Amino acid sequence: MSLDYVKFTPGFESFMPKEYRDMVEHGPFGKKTTVSQMGSFKEILEEHPMCAGCAMTLFIRLAIIAFPNPEDTITVGTAGCGRLAISQAAIPFVYGNYGDQNGVASGLSRGLRIRFGDKHKDVVVIAGDGGTADIGFQQVLHSWFRKERFTTIMLDNEVYGNTGGQESGMTTRGAVLKMAPLGKKFEKMDMVAMAKIAGCAYIATVVPNNPRRVESCIKKAVLIAREVGPTYIQAYTSCNIEYAIPTDQVMADAKTVEDDRYKFAEYVSEDAKAYLAERYGYKEFIQKPVAAVTTA
Amino acid sequence: MDSTAIIGTTNKKGQVITDPRVMMNDAPRTPSFFTGSEVIKEAVRRANVDVMVAYPITPQSEAAALCGELFAEGYIGDYFRGESEFAVMSQCAGAAFGGARVFTTTAGPGTMRAMENFPMWAGSRLPIQCIVTCRGINSPLSIQPDTIEIAYLMNTGMLVWHAETAQDFYDWILKGYIVSEEPDVHLPLALCCDGFFVTHTKDVVGLTPADMCLPPYDPYRSPVPCMDMECPPVRMMRDPFVMKSNYISYATHASWQQEVWAAAERSRKHTIAWLDGLIETEDVDADILIVSSGTAVSQGREAIRLLADEGIRVGLVKIKTLRPWPEEELLEATKHASHIIVPEFNAIGWMAKEIKATLPNSKRVVAGPRVCGGMTLPPEVIVEEVKKAIGMRSGVLAGRGG
Repeated sequence: MSLDYVKFTPGFESFMPKEYRDMVEHGPFGKKTTVSQMGSFKEILEEHPMCAGCAMTLFIRLAIIAFPNPEDTITVGTAGCGRLAISQAAIPFVYGNYGDQNGVASGLSRGLRIRFGDKHKDVVVIAGDGGTADIGFQQVLHSWFRKERFTTIMLDNEVYGNTGGQESGMTTRGAVLKMAPLGKKFEKMDMVAMAKIAGCAYIATVVPNNPRRVESCIKKAVLIAREVGPTYIQAYTSCNIEYAIPTDQVMADAKTVEDDRYKFAEYVSEDAKAYLAERYGYKEFIQKPVAAVTTA
Repeated sequence: MDSTAIIGTTNKKGQVITDPRVMMNDAPRTPSFFTGSEVIKEAVRRANVDVMVAYPITPQSEAAALCGELFAEGYIGDYFRGESEFAVMSQCAGAAFGGARVFTTTAGPGTMRAMENFPMWAGSRLPIQCIVTCRGINSPLSIQPDTIEIAYLMNTGMLVWHAETAQDFYDWILKGYIVSEEPDVHLPLALCCDGFFVTHTKDVVGLTPADMCLPPYDPYRSPVPCMDMECPPVRMMRDPFVMKSNYISYATHASWQQEVWAAAERSRKHTIAWLDGLIETEDVDADILIVSSGTAVSQGREAIRLLADEGIRVGLVKIKTLRPWPEEELLEATKHASHIIVPEFNAIGWMAKEIKATLPNSKRVVAGPRVCGGMTLPPEVIVEEVKKAIGMRSGVLAGRGG
């Protein structure tokens, strides 16, 4: 139904802005585009005001390409660098208040289910480490405990980047940043463990170096959130400005951090595995038939 | 969608979707003896609400829980308890962004905790209805009736109505959705009442038939696209354009803020039709007037009766809507008055300030009597204030140091 809107009104083709015509003719709506095709289609997020060499921007582009149904997807965010890019994408973006993205997404997901019933409308929260683990912490945890069916993605650059480099709960211990003049006094918050305790059906930690892996995680997270339960992806998306990472070494830094504290890890609940196998044909989760017992 | 086509059909619960004019003006009314909280429930039963989010805080907890019973009975599409008032109002915003008719309730410190959301609701043009059962805000702690939170709500861009009685409350909850969902309005409504005095007392209220309900919310009548991807995929973020140049950012924010307040003004014509005027007047030819809103009006009526027994003629103005503010109506109603007494249930006297800012010769306005923190406002106190204003000796209340 919504795909009808990603079409020209007959007779108006030549009057539409070029950007819109490109989106209709060469965009990913209604097609199965993948990250390996980047550069050959019009991306939902192209223009953005992010800093040169920003790993977060690459991750957001990959994440949006991975949305299973971009024509039925709504993103929700809060203050932070990521919002500056996400809000310029060609899909709706909701900005409520500081740190209330998981509350807004809870209501949005429920409101859309009432209106559209069985037709999936995917709600994806994309917020920073401050928005998710600090100011939004209560609403994030409660949305998970309530088993709200939407995806939460944390863009973890381990700092308040947009406001100029202040310590966040996700900053590693000892890091000297604004508002932590003597170095951070406590450990990086273990949000993955909390997601598990709170009952997320799918949890993954990723870095942007491996686009296919990012794509796979996002797809699974969005699909599982449709019917099984809340899903959480925590992505290391460095701030090359506040951590003074030379732009040509941003990917190398991500590799180092991946090896150090951001090893790829994926948790899929048993319900989520069964759902992915039965509903979407994920072979790796199809239960092997029990071998026939043979007797001599 | 042609909204008239669904009139006469039934909703999921089997209620007949009724033309609001028929339902509110023509349908038979059944006198019922209910508390204000029960009246909220009965109005919501007939309002075709999609989503309600609840959170406990005195004195609205009972109403919020009673709406949960409505959900269990199938009258509300979805209902849950949020984790704080700020979260609740964010959850309400999300549901409204998605195109649902949304209802919630709060009070006092809850209103203050939720406050960041209210200008955001207005700026996003979300026609959410929030019942505010006013009580004191800290500190020192008070859970008693006090209307101070209305002073903050009046500057959020929301429509703000102040009910005097349970009957007002019943009618205005339903009429509130009709007005606030008009395409040229499309703003949230803070429907206020004085906590306890209205919520926890019983009154006879004329209820419309329970098998009639309002037409469902039609999100495509919104002046801004709803967030459902059923509209063209253009850039439709609802964020101040902070990433643009400063000039565009200023211009966008400034013009939109003006539009929000203009939308509140445009609600005037709908509100006048539905509420039979933004104010209600009695005997405004009198030299002395009592002007207020909420239950201060009820106490004013009693004071007028006591004063009439002594041969002192006093008129009354009941202000129903604080946003939009009935400026023209007040100028007209007070043009003969030499003394304008403004009784209030709060320490700061926000109503008197608003009235003084509206009327010529504001020295006519007596900013009182005022009580707060849960004190009652006996009519005798208002009588004394009237007598003081007109230079009469008053021996009614001994021991007040005067």
